[in-house]
Amino acid sequence: MQRTALYEAHLKAGGRMVPFAGWEMPVQYAGILQEVQAVRQRWGMFDVSHMARAYFRGADARAFLSRLVPSDMGKVAPMTGQYTVLTNERGGVVDDIIFYERTPDEYLVVFNAANRQKDLDWFHRRLGAWGLHVHIDDQTEQTVMLAVQGPEATARLEPLLGAPLGETPRFGATVVEWRGVRLFAARTGYTGEDGFELIAPAEVGVALWDALLTAGATPCGLGARDVLRVEAGLHLYGHELTDDTNPIEAGLGWLVSERTDYIGAAPILQAKQQGVARKLMGVRLQERGVPREGYPVLIDGAPVATLTSGVYSPTLEQGIGMAYLPSAYAKAGTPCAVEIRGKPVPAVVSTRRFLKGG
Amino acid sequence: MNTPAELRYTRSDEWVRIEGDTATIGITDYAQSELGDIVFLELPEPGRYLQVDETFGVIESVKAASDLYAPLEGEVLEVNSALQSALETINQDPYGKGWMIKMRLSDPSQAASLMSADEYRAYRNL
Repeated sequence: MQRTALYEAHLKAGGRMVPFAGWEMPVQYAGILQEVQAVRQRWGMFDVSHMARAYFRGADARAFLSRLVPSDMGKVAPMTGQYTVLTNERGGVVDDIIFYERTPDEYLVVFNAANRQKDLDWFHRRLGAWGLHVHIDDQTEQTVMLAVQGPEATARLEPLLGAPLGETPRFGATVVEWRGVRLFAARTGYTGEDGFELIAPAEVGVALWDALLTAGATPCGLGARDVLRVEAGLHLYGHELTDDTNPIEAGLGWLVSERTDYIGAAPILQAKQQGVARKLMGVRLQERGVPREGYPVLIDGAPVATLTSGVYSPTLEQGIGMAYLPSAYAKAGTPCAVEIRGKPVPAVVSTRRFLKGG
Repeated sequence: MNTPAELRYTRSDEWVRIEGDTATIGITDYAQSELGDIVFLELPEPGRYLQVDETFGVIESVKAASDLYAPLEGEVLEVNSALQSALETINQDPYGKGWMIKMRLSDPSQAASLMSADEYRAYRNL
């Protein structure tokens, strides 16, 4: 079991540690509900150092990335990030990632902790097969990553880091000099709120955490992180995305370009043009209950799907979840039910934009 | 972790307060702490007759769902209906305002089979 540089800081802050993807991570501190509320109303911080971070360096780095992901590479520019997916030959999703261009021959790739070795193997195998020259430098253990999220996050971070972070556009990135080290600050996150993800050398991890704590950021654990991302309708690999889900049915058509030169382009373009048999949708309970992953979704009493994720949303005071519904039912407003302990609880199909009224 | 000495305890983390032939039942401080923030509770209707270890309700936190088990045999006399609109009470005051049901026991001597506070603390390593 691995520990991040902030392990002791978590214990000090009352973090309850649980195993997650090979790491000991805090699932909560004071309580999941108040942590969610802090991020929705003020600001909170998450240690996401378990997430994998690798640099792709070399003259072929851009060409290499372009063959791994369906994104429009025309949008890739220095100090901007792209949320995208690594695709396999069948058009399935190997992982969902964010990559940032630092310079045209240096990219920072952030991927899921649970897929760290799988993705590294994927990269190295492709690199060898294609004969490209890229140096892959896994910096996960040499750095920390903190997600600072919430409506107040940017305004609170500006004086703390002494940088005009508000000028950085969404998905933009900047480098900040802080206490003699360089922090990479990207205006990204996994909560549906404004905020930044900060990457710093591991040696200053505790100092950065303590500075944020002193400034009033609420420490938040994996429990709150999951509730927040479901409320925001965001995918979690292994749940909404797998090796067998197509990005089109996952509702990620917006990140698929017309390019045909990446792995799996043919089945993905076919899905984009011809439509898909199932679509990832939201489900909102109309009565009390907590929908959870694996619960059946019923239409006219018959099971048509199972929830890929489900939570009680404290923000909406309602049970919400996501499921791949047959396209005929994948329309907001369609009545359905979620089977909870053998009993159908009335629900309605919605978009994944739960917080925007779905 | 609080485990009042005057109560009896179950292996499934319910507490029982015996007064004559009635029992008041809730979940322990340890249980609420393990579950975390409670977001759903289902309790029986008064009048239902429960056997020992029968499921009488369901409690769910953000993290997990858990069945509630009758520690003793008897009839449900009263249910704490105030909890539905204030589930946080279970987290804040598990032995007081967080009580769940009151039962009329068919055989109060059954209570001897439940754990004492010391036994429960040892059982849960508290």
